[in-house]
Amino acid sequence: MKFVITRRSLRLIWEGVPVLKLDNVSVKYGSFTAVHDINIEVNAGEIVVLLGSNGAGKSTTFRAISGLNKPSTGEIIFEGKNLNKSSADQTVAWGIGQCPEGRKLFHAMSVEENLRMGAYVHRRKKDQIKHSLEHVYELFPILKDKRHDPAGSLSGGQQQMVAIGRALMSKPKLMLLDEPSIGLAPLVVEQMFEVIQKINKEGTTILLAEQNANAALKIADKGYVFENGTIVLKGTSAELFANDEVRKAYIGA
Amino acid sequence: MSAVLNKRNIIILFVLVSLVFPLITTNTYLIHVMTLAFIWMIGVYGLNLLAGYTGYLSLAHAGFFAIGAYGLGILTVKAHMSFWLAFVLSLLITGLLGLIVGLIALRSKEHFFAIYTLCLGYIIYLVIDKWESLTEGVRGLIGIPAPQGFGPIKFETEKSHYYLVLFFLLLVILVMYRIVHSLSGRSFIAIRNSEDLALTIGISTARNKLTVFVLSTLFAGLSGALYASFVRFIGPDIGNTAVIFDMLTYLIVGGIGTLTGPLIGTLLVIWLSQLLQDFQQYRMLIFGPLLTLLVIFYPRGIVGGVTDIYRKRMAKKEKQLAGKKDSYIQSDLGAKNQVKEG
Repeated sequence: MKFVITRRSLRLIWEGVPVLKLDNVSVKYGSFTAVHDINIEVNAGEIVVLLGSNGAGKSTTFRAISGLNKPSTGEIIFEGKNLNKSSADQTVAWGIGQCPEGRKLFHAMSVEENLRMGAYVHRRKKDQIKHSLEHVYELFPILKDKRHDPAGSLSGGQQQMVAIGRALMSKPKLMLLDEPSIGLAPLVVEQMFEVIQKINKEGTTILLAEQNANAALKIADKGYVFENGTIVLKGTSAELFANDEVRKAYIGA
Repeated sequence: MSAVLNKRNIIILFVLVSLVFPLITTNTYLIHVMTLAFIWMIGVYGLNLLAGYTGYLSLAHAGFFAIGAYGLGILTVKAHMSFWLAFVLSLLITGLLGLIVGLIALRSKEHFFAIYTLCLGYIIYLVIDKWESLTEGVRGLIGIPAPQGFGPIKFETEKSHYYLVLFFLLLVILVMYRIVHSLSGRSFIAIRNSEDLALTIGISTARNKLTVFVLSTLFAGLSGALYASFVRFIGPDIGNTAVIFDMLTYLIVGGIGTLTGPLIGTLLVIWLSQLLQDFQQYRMLIFGPLLTLLVIFYPRGIVGGVTDIYRKRMAKKEKQLAGKKDSYIQSDLGAKNQVKEG
């Protein structure tokens, strides 16, 4: 697979402008502040991981980036565009692909139908969809064998593959992966992270939310640690890996 | 879906039987009931597209049915337009009102949408009932003309009218079939499953929901216009909220969110209520419990129930086959391959 860099992402790297930037973002559910005043920068070509336990605010941050929840203060900027007012379907068209937590497939539809749904924003480009499909089947050969099976009949790992594949079908510049390792066997997790790394090498910037710090930090460039809706720590993955608190809280060593 | 009773076979069977039906019987009463059943089916299909496939239960569809009927009635009786022009215009009026209503109603969801549309349906009924200068109020509109013929084809007999309604019904089924098996159909189902999920894969839910709403009101309007031209007399009662619950019964008995459900449900309930007419008001004593049992045990109606039973049987068979395969892999290739697969 070729290493694909668009002219736009090259220019962004050159200028040092982050692909995605969250500037003092807070998100509220009613009067409850789920995420408070966070700053995140994701540069082109990076894998960035958001670490934190359940309820720390990772998923809320993702929902804000994707446009499902609007930030109450602050700005979310993607490739120079302000995302604060855009709807969720618009952000997909602009190049933010999403893989929601807990996989969330269309269980009654076949694997291939699920994947095709992922290319909804490109629905008129038949050739491109065909190529993307082949690409996904290349990454996950098992899905090709099961392409006519209903997605609900697949195992957890395979369903996660479909979810990642579906996100890839929209040809995202930035992919949001919400806890891809949840509920999977260790060997499958390893496999999943290998594929994520591969997708990244092919030119997709990746923002990952994880509780499995060990696996995530191995492939990430940098990370942010969430606690109670704020970012308490940030650094390169080596720094975080060496940090005692992170080791204690998330790696268990 | 079982091999013999799949949706294509059901539809083919229905088409064949409905085509020869008037040739078998000479009883115009039977043809009359059947034509009415077809007219309702069209409206039920509209309701199915919205409530069954997209997950928005509209209780205003009796209102849109009445708007279609009164549109045709007023334009022909009072404005003296030619039949087919009035027919097309009445559909346009229904669609336009559907668009306006949809823009507002679709801001609400779930129960609130149902309640909102229930009120709206009642308002439509009240307007028809009270606006006497336009609709003649409780007196109703009398003397709606039969459809104009095309050349040698005339629609004055029961039989010819039957075929005209059947033509529109088949058209609606064809359109439904195409929609359900297209990407739009799948995106409607995606909206039903989870609107957030649909949004995150890039489906513009607002636009899709509005499209479905307008389409389904068009079906209801078509059904109403056909009703007016067939019965030739309409009163405000056709917009009453009781009518929407009749339509809902047909849909739920047949199978909500299935392609053949409206066919089976409407035929079954209408013929059953014809058969039970001797019992008069005691009919409901039989209907009520039956419907309750059906909803408890087969929430997706007859078609959904049959499909589920068949699926379970297939899954069982597959499990047995897979079980044999798994033990083979385990003994032969070791556990690691299994991990890779799963």
